This record gives sequence, C-alpha cells and structure tokens, in this order.
Amino acid sequence: MKKQLNLKVENLKKITEQHILLSLVAPNGDMPEIKAGQFVEVKVDNAPTVFLRRPISVHFVDYAKQRLDLLVALVGDGTRKMATLSVGDEVSVLLPLGNGFPMPTKAGAKCLLVGGGVGIAPLLYLGDRLKAAGHQVSFLLGARNAGGVMLEDEFKKFGSLYLTTEDGSVGEKGFVTNHSILEKEQFDEIFVCGPTPMMKAVAKYAYAKNIECYVSLENKMACGLGACLCCVTEDNKGHNRCVCSEGPVFNINELPWQN
Amino acid sequence: MAKLETKIGGLTLKNPVLTASGTFGYGTEFSEFIDLSRLGGYIIKGTTLNPREGNPYPRMAETPSGMLNCVGLQNKGVHYLKDHIYPNIKDIDSCLIVNLSGSTVEDYAEAAEIIGTMDKVQAIELNISCPNVKQGGMAFGTTTQGVEQVVSAVRKAYNKTLIVKLSPNVTSITDMALAAEAAGADSVSLINTLMGMAIDAERRKPLLSMVTGGLSGPCVKPVALRCVWQVAKAVKIPVVGLGGIMNATDAIEFFLAGATAIEIGTANFIDPETTVKVVDGINEYLDRHNFKSITEIIGQLEV
Repeated sequence: MKKQLNLKVENLKKITEQHILLSLVAPNGDMPEIKAGQFVEVKVDNAPTVFLRRPISVHFVDYAKQRLDLLVALVGDGTRKMATLSVGDEVSVLLPLGNGFPMPTKAGAKCLLVGGGVGIAPLLYLGDRLKAAGHQVSFLLGARNAGGVMLEDEFKKFGSLYLTTEDGSVGEKGFVTNHSILEKEQFDEIFVCGPTPMMKAVAKYAYAKNIECYVSLENKMACGLGACLCCVTEDNKGHNRCVCSEGPVFNINELPWQN
Repeated sequence: MAKLETKIGGLTLKNPVLTASGTFGYGTEFSEFIDLSRLGGYIIKGTTLNPREGNPYPRMAETPSGMLNCVGLQNKGVHYLKDHIYPNIKDIDSCLIVNLSGSTVEDYAEAAEIIGTMDKVQAIELNISCPNVKQGGMAFGTTTQGVEQVVSAVRKAYNKTLIVKLSPNVTSITDMALAAEAAGADSVSLINTLMGMAIDAERRKPLLSMVTGGLSGPCVKPVALRCVWQVAKAVKIPVVGLGGIMNATDAIEFFLAGATAIEIGTANFIDPETTVKVVDGINEYLDRHNFKSITEIIGQLEV
C-alpha cells in the first residue's frame, strides 16, 4: 500500500564528497513493506528551484527500527538541499513506489548484483533480501576511482564483494564488465543498477550467456505514480512504458537493448 | 458546513474540485492516497480516437515554481478506454469526464460518439489546445474559425455536457471562448499549459526532446487568473478555472475571478492528496466568511 508519510531524519552521514546516507524513521511505526528495487519520492522543500519531489531508490530498510536508508548522490539543487537536512527534521515521503526486483524462482540461486556509481544504492537491500531467501550473493561494484568506492563493509555483510575502478586504484582496473569474476563464475541471475551504458554492457554479457537479467532504470520523473507519463522508456515492441509504475526494474528481454 | 454543489451546464458536481487531464491518469493511480468519491469530478487523461505513443524521452523539465512537459498525448485510444479502463472506473461515485483530443474534425467527432456510449461518462472536455502535438488540436484552438469548426462537429456527435479547454497561447483567449460558446459549448475550461522551453547551457542542448513544451505549476497562476477573469466577464456559460492551483486559497482566487469549478493539475505530482485537502479548505474558507454556498463567491472579486 502506497503512503504519504512524514518521516524524521535520524541521521545524515557524508559518505564521499558526492554522496550522503540519509536515515529516516517512521515515528508512528507505520513504515510500509518495501521490496528491494522500489523507490520513494522525497519532498525536499518549497524552494522554487526544487518544485518537484525527488525519486530516490531504497538503499536499506530496517523494520525493527522503522528506518529507511537512502544513499543520495549530490547532483543538483534538490539533492544538495537534502544534504542540509538536520537530525529531527520532518520530510514528506511517498512510498513505496514502482516494482522491485523479482526474487529468483530457483532455490539457492547464484546471484550477481552489479552496480556503478550511485546505482549501487538499491543493491544493498537486494543483497539482504536475496541472502535471507537462501540465495548466494556476489556484488560487483564499479567506481571511477578510490574516492567513489563506498560502503564496502555493508555489502560484505550479505555476500562476496568484487570491485573495479577505472584508474585501478581499488579492485581490478577497468569497467565492471572487465572484471575477471564474469569469466570465472557462472551465475543464474544478474541484477544491475547504474549508468545506462554500464547496464547495456552488462545486458550484452547476459544476453550472450543467456542469463536472466534485470536492470533498474533511472529516468527523470514527476509524479512517480504512472500518471504524468514523463519518465517513459521505449520497450522492444516500440511502446513507451512508465519507468516509475511499470519499472523501474525491467527484464532485459523487455528492452530494445539486444542490438 | 457550506454547500459546495456547483453546476456546469446540465451537470451537477457535488463540489467544484476536478482533476486536470494528464495529471491524474485514470484516477486509480491515486486511489491508495485519496477517496476518489470525495472529488467533484475527475477528468481522465487526453484520449484520442487511435492509440498514440507520444513523444520521445525526455518529456519533462523542472523550472522555477513549475515544470515543462512534452508528453504528446500518449494514450491507448478511445476503444481501449471503453473496453479496458471504463469497466474499472465507471462505478466510482464521482463525475467522470473524458478529455478528448484529435488531429482532424472527423477524428474528434467519431471519438466523441464512442465516448457518448459510455453511460457513466457525464461530460467531454474537448482539448483543442495541446501545445505538444503538431495536430494535437492546438491548430483548432488558436483561431476562432478552428474553434467553431471542431466544437460544432463534436456538439453534433455528443449530446451530454461539453466543456472546451482553451489555450492561453493566443492573442485573445476571450475571442476563443466566445467562439466556443457560439458553437454550442456548455462550458470552457482554462488555461491549458503555456508554451515554453528550457535549455541546458553546459551541453548547449534543449532539456525536452521536442525543444518546446507546456509550462504548468504555480508559475502560471497569475496568467491563468487573468484569463479566467477576462473570459468569465465575456461569456454566459460557466468557466472552469485551472493553472497552478496548489491549495484551497489558490482555488478561492479562481472562484473570485469568476470560475464555477476548478481543476487541480501539477499539484497532484507534489502531493497526491491535494484535491481532497482543497475540498476541505474551500469548506473552511466559506464557513469562516459565513458564506452558505460556493455559488456566493463566484465572480465576487471586488474591483
């Protein structure tokens, strides 16, 4: 059930120069059930330049503590304004929105979770959910350089962690698709979130190996509810589909990425 | 508790709060946030005779106190609406209005006839003012001859309430309203979005796939109020006001300027509960000022 809730800022931590981890709690204990891969729409403030809500993917949920964690890249006026929130501030949030990553049907599936940049955000909660469901989790995360590598200890709680950086300062040098793990291991399912070129490159690998693969898209959106039709992506049948309400997670076989 | 009932032609609305086409989907997208039966009515998204995929992404750009869109009337066509959507929404206890768009007079009339076969749809809002489609009605909405032509044709094909939605992208919106009235419209709604554009200076590129798009949100409210004020003085048919209404005070301003009902659009994207909050707020305003009915404040601006 979707809700509009006023959540309270419990903590705001600077993770890198460009990323914050924002922890919000539901003071009335009414945090709805959220699936990995779903997102929320955050009302930042009433400044004219931050008119719309900001769609942010769910990084982690701790129901016992009624806490929702958002990993936010500071890319524009809205997100930079979020970085100025103080502990105790109230923030209006619409949640949960969109569809999550589907859980593998095979028992004990070998899952590869691939993320780049702030696209790693939804993979932590996904790793948690997959591990809890008895699947084997490996994370393959890419960054430009050591300064962009974050939260390694958190990811290690739920699976093996493989890293790449473009300059080779941490992990293997290159893009995620250059990592040796892709040749060494055979995975049952791949889940990807990150820049579109990266997702397309991983999709190419999955198509070639005939591996079930899901990607989480990030388009500019307004309502987050499937009403405004602003965030569409074209599917492989030439139809425009809403990323917010029909995604943000799509099976790569639904997308025109094969060529 | 004041009386909120209001009339548009032969149509009685339980309250004067409607949703603006294209901002409320088919209503069901909002049913987890609000009780749809509390709305005076809801106008479902722009429907055309044949399915349309709309324009390419990106279709939206945020601008100061508003947003631009160039969605381009993406919809699955009137037959899909009738067969697949209508059965799920026909029993919602609110006034159901379909926003109709087209590229030829014949398309408009044919689709209007099909809408006429849906018993629970009580009115058509005729979109002759979409700025995002070459033949999306905008051509009809910018000349008095065009307005008369399409409104007359739809009037012949449809005998229930006909509301004509007007574009502000004209020299005289009053002339367009008078033309719609003369051609048999029961009401006019205004304003549709203002044509605008946004540029990414760093990339030297437009922010919208179509370069231009329709501007909406609180930034257009002063223009909308002015249009409603001018049109309401000129026509005898009721005026439905819209453009940047974010709360009940904004809505009251439109009633004072002469609107008989109002539509809430872009605000639905910020707070999906805006419509019902506005209904409550109008009630509170009327009680506070000792008005017994919403009709007592329509056009009551003291100049």
